[in-house]
Amino acid sequence: MPADMAVPSSGAAATPSPGTGDTLLDVRDLCVSFRSERGIIRILENASFTVGQREILSIVGESGSGKSMTSLAVMRLITDPNAIITGTITYKGRDLLKLDPREMRDLRGREIAMIFQDPMTAMTPVYTIGWQIEEQLRAHQKLSSKAARARSVELLGEMGIPAPARVATRYPHQLSGGMRQRAMIAMALSCNPSLLIADEPTTALDVTVQAQILELIQRLRQDFGSSVILITHDMGVVGTISDRVMVMYAGIIAERGPKPLVLAQPSHPYTLGLLNSIPPMHGERPVRLPSIPGSPPSPMGRPAGCPFQPRCDFRYERCGTRPPLFRNGAQEASCYLAERGLPDWPHERAIRAKGTAA
Amino acid sequence: MSGQQPMLQADGVTKTFQVGSRFRPGGIQHVQALTNVSLEVYAGETVGLVGESGCGKSTLGRTLLRLYDVNDGRILFKGRDITRLAQRALRPLRADMQMVFQDPYSSLNPRRRVGDLIADPLRVHGRRSEKEVQGRLHELMELVNLSPEFLTRFPHEFSGGQRQRIGIARAIALAPSLIVADEPVSALDVSVQAQIVNLFMDLQQKLGLTYVFIAHDLSVVRQIASRTAVMYLGSIVELGETDRVLHRPAHPYTAALISAVPEPDPQGNIRTRTILRGEPPSPTNPPPGCRFHTRCPIAQDRCRVEVPQLRPLEDQHSVACHFPLEEEAPGRA
Repeated sequence: MPADMAVPSSGAAATPSPGTGDTLLDVRDLCVSFRSERGIIRILENASFTVGQREILSIVGESGSGKSMTSLAVMRLITDPNAIITGTITYKGRDLLKLDPREMRDLRGREIAMIFQDPMTAMTPVYTIGWQIEEQLRAHQKLSSKAARARSVELLGEMGIPAPARVATRYPHQLSGGMRQRAMIAMALSCNPSLLIADEPTTALDVTVQAQILELIQRLRQDFGSSVILITHDMGVVGTISDRVMVMYAGIIAERGPKPLVLAQPSHPYTLGLLNSIPPMHGERPVRLPSIPGSPPSPMGRPAGCPFQPRCDFRYERCGTRPPLFRNGAQEASCYLAERGLPDWPHERAIRAKGTAA
Repeated sequence: MSGQQPMLQADGVTKTFQVGSRFRPGGIQHVQALTNVSLEVYAGETVGLVGESGCGKSTLGRTLLRLYDVNDGRILFKGRDITRLAQRALRPLRADMQMVFQDPYSSLNPRRRVGDLIADPLRVHGRRSEKEVQGRLHELMELVNLSPEFLTRFPHEFSGGQRQRIGIARAIALAPSLIVADEPVSALDVSVQAQIVNLFMDLQQKLGLTYVFIAHDLSVVRQIASRTAVMYLGSIVELGETDRVLHRPAHPYTAALISAVPEPDPQGNIRTRTILRGEPPSPTNPPPGCRFHTRCPIAQDRCRVEVPQLRPLEDQHSVACHFPLEEEAPGRA
């Protein structure tokens, strides 16, 4: 494999995923840092990725991994004057980072829509659900208020809300969590966006309702032809609905590739550790769960070299310098063990158990 | 287990909360959080409580510790009826039954040092010299794998996983026999959850603890619990050995709940699931008959009028359903 597949090299990293057509969103070398009293805090470092048409890309990571910051950057919702954002975010041929605020506002909601983890805080409590959906329709499409009302009720119905006309007259606090999440998805879809960014859309919901919402997101692609960026911390959610996965750790891309490959044969120790630490629903119960020691670093305390190295079972001397993304087939991982083919984890583990001295 | 005296026993417990106000539209309403719940917990075991939000699992956990007063029914701890015990009489028992909370960020006072937080129960209960307290603190820190030098720090200096360790240290400080853990790993990062689950299991082995483990994550419950109770709208609908309940569920609700659990399956697909429609009905106005009949895929006329009681099947497995699922078709729901 050519070694120029590294992330920081601008250009080589982006490849369209198999089975999908054109690239809708192309993010290259996206860096987000904040100036603070304690110096520069690097949140996101050289993230490059693409989202194809009608593709569901899952971004997985723990707290502080930069996954939410990635989505906020794409939406141009980082308004902090201390934020420093570089790189390019090309959406349908236009660099979003270069658009003026008015152009961006025109795009936001119509072309790229977002749903958040907590619909209670994402909606205004003082207007009805129906009004909030209509507002979006009126802002982006020339619709009479009557037509907007009819469309918003229709949308609520399409989201599987029973008695949508009545729900449209309700205020957010009068609905259950699952209903609010549906209402927010209805709002996000009101203008047929090409790209939907869902930031932990099911984290606050029960599993039965989560399954309904995931099914709904899956249907969006069929019925509306939308692409989806799904941000989550739950490998189970990833396994359920995504086409491709991008695993983030401490502001960098640890691994990415088609979902079946990444989940079946992870090529980064962090992905492996995450998958192993999930208690299995079937088969034998492990006496102890294989866990990753320590906890994810805060953006201020990221280690030098590979950021996962202090928690990694497989670290060795090379980990002091930061690995680029190495490609193996459709899969890429920023780990030196993936430099020459997919790592054989049991063997690597055995090597380390024996020790290096002969 | 049946010959043994249970450590903790809830017998027909009913708990109602009042919501609303006389001065607001709707007036005062009653939420029946627990309806006729009976559960036995034996020494050394872990009972998992699972269910959707609002099913009463946290209420049951707190009621078992008499943190709530019950409206009806009895709670026995080590054979003693504690249902109507006065707070003063209850206090010595508190040392023997402790709780671990979900959110380690809000269950630790941010203005106090970790050492003081953990030492509080030691100072309140029993007369220990300061030297004994310090000795015990070091012991506890070792038990939960934290460095003793952390004792002088404040909660904000710790990560979520470390804070949960502090919460656990505080709970085991007085060497209780029973711990009720209410969603203790839900607020933690995925890579940290496994560490805390392991810690719970290690402590159980070392200290012979008995757990009531409340969680919504079925895979975590499967890992830690020997028996599992599934709750729906304030009642236990199924109870039995964890693997029996999770692999051969008898209640259609349990089957649906299991089917909804997303798994990191490389070939995973939402269409292979059976998805339960709708949401749990409001506990202020529960449906008549079986409370699950509004969402149940196999509901019959009988389910709409007659409340099913929890009744034993084989292998200490019980279910509250008129038409329990056959063993051949666990995924029928």
